[in-house]
Amino acid sequence: MLVIIDYGMGNLHSVLKAFKRLRVEAEVTADPAKIQAADKLILPGVGHFKRGMDNLRERNLIQTLNEEVLDKSKPILGICLGMQLFTKSSEEGNVAGLGWLDAETIEFSFPKEEKKFRIPHIGWNSLKLGTQTRLYNGISDSPSFYFVHSYYVRSNHTEDVAASTEYGLEFTSSIVKNNIFATQFHPEKSHDDGLKLLQNFVEHA
Amino acid sequence: MYRPRVIPCLLLKDKGLVKTIKFKDPTYIGDPINAVKIFNDAKADELVFLDITATRENRITDVEVIRNIGEEAFMPFAVGGGINTLEHITQLISAGAEKVVINTATTNNPSLLTEASKIYGRQSIIASIDVKKKGGEFVVYTDGGSIRSTKSASATAKAAAEAGAGEILINSIDQDGTQEGYDIELIKLICNSVNIPVIAVGGAGDFVHFTDAVHNGGASAVAAGSLFVFIGRKRAVLINYPDSDELQEMFSNE
Repeated sequence: MLVIIDYGMGNLHSVLKAFKRLRVEAEVTADPAKIQAADKLILPGVGHFKRGMDNLRERNLIQTLNEEVLDKSKPILGICLGMQLFTKSSEEGNVAGLGWLDAETIEFSFPKEEKKFRIPHIGWNSLKLGTQTRLYNGISDSPSFYFVHSYYVRSNHTEDVAASTEYGLEFTSSIVKNNIFATQFHPEKSHDDGLKLLQNFVEHA
Repeated sequence: MYRPRVIPCLLLKDKGLVKTIKFKDPTYIGDPINAVKIFNDAKADELVFLDITATRENRITDVEVIRNIGEEAFMPFAVGGGINTLEHITQLISAGAEKVVINTATTNNPSLLTEASKIYGRQSIIASIDVKKKGGEFVVYTDGGSIRSTKSASATAKAAAEAGAGEILINSIDQDGTQEGYDIELIKLICNSVNIPVIAVGGAGDFVHFTDAVHNGGASAVAAGSLFVFIGRKRAVLINYPDSDELQEMFSNE
């Protein structure tokens, strides 16, 4: 069973719907027992980083997640805010994250006169794939996915970078590190390539 | 490479889809769920649904309709019409909408944008501004284009961005349904007023108009109604959407 972690951060309908379409059994829950029993985890989410961490804490999920992901090496996929929460810290609220990845979450900040790169970064953008290709089997070499975010992840380890994307600067748009998988973009809103990525997580993670 | 979004903007009235000209004469197009299925197959970037009589009827769109759209839509979609409380926003987002479109309240009560963006994040909040050109000025109209406000388009856009909107949907009432092209001057004005993404709507009749709005107006996204639901001069109803090669082609010389 795949568990989509419900910690009160945004709309989980589309993530659940994507797995339904893939005919993968999935449940949306915040119950630690169900998270412990799950084969695989998804941490989705949109919204404020600090609120995301606070919500995980209020639901007593941080310890459970640390045990499942770090001690038991359970595969987890973080999407958007989920990916950012895996990092050490964020400039959004200046708080610490889960710290599973040697990476930081940084605010997009361009000069006010810069009108080309508007924030939030919303829309389709392409990926430059790195060497960690487990999520990208059967997906074209420079695929496009749907992004919506105002903060980005900068990884300090190039070997963890599964993909990078350019928007005024180059940022880490996907990470694969052992059992930890992450995408800044929304595979659940990215049509066929997005579904393929989720299927790869189910089959190869 | 970043590609501007191309967004079908669909008008809801009495649970059916309609299309207007200059905000008047709604023509029935078909069933919204059927349209969503067709746009899904065509891999549309996003969808926007605007309930054109909601504000005047003092309601929001039936959440059951939104739930049904959400079950079918495999792309982000936004819903607007009659939203003037946080509770409305919560209802629509809980029903499956990724974003809400706030029009009348953007002009009359921008603090709603602030409250909503604090809870749902600014990327969920689209401030929509309907504009008519009056004596060389771009004047904002509210309540589905029926009430002339005292506000200018650029001041309203600036205030909305400051209040917490994540995007501006800028709609030219004069160009609506004409398929003669966007009001590029208006788009430029709004793009220069804010640093958040601007979605242009009103007047698209050809893919060339999309390119124009992006390259000459500075829009981050383009939306259209007639172009995606009618075909030919007689405006026969036929839902259509460019394929991915056409989309790349449109914005390739950026």
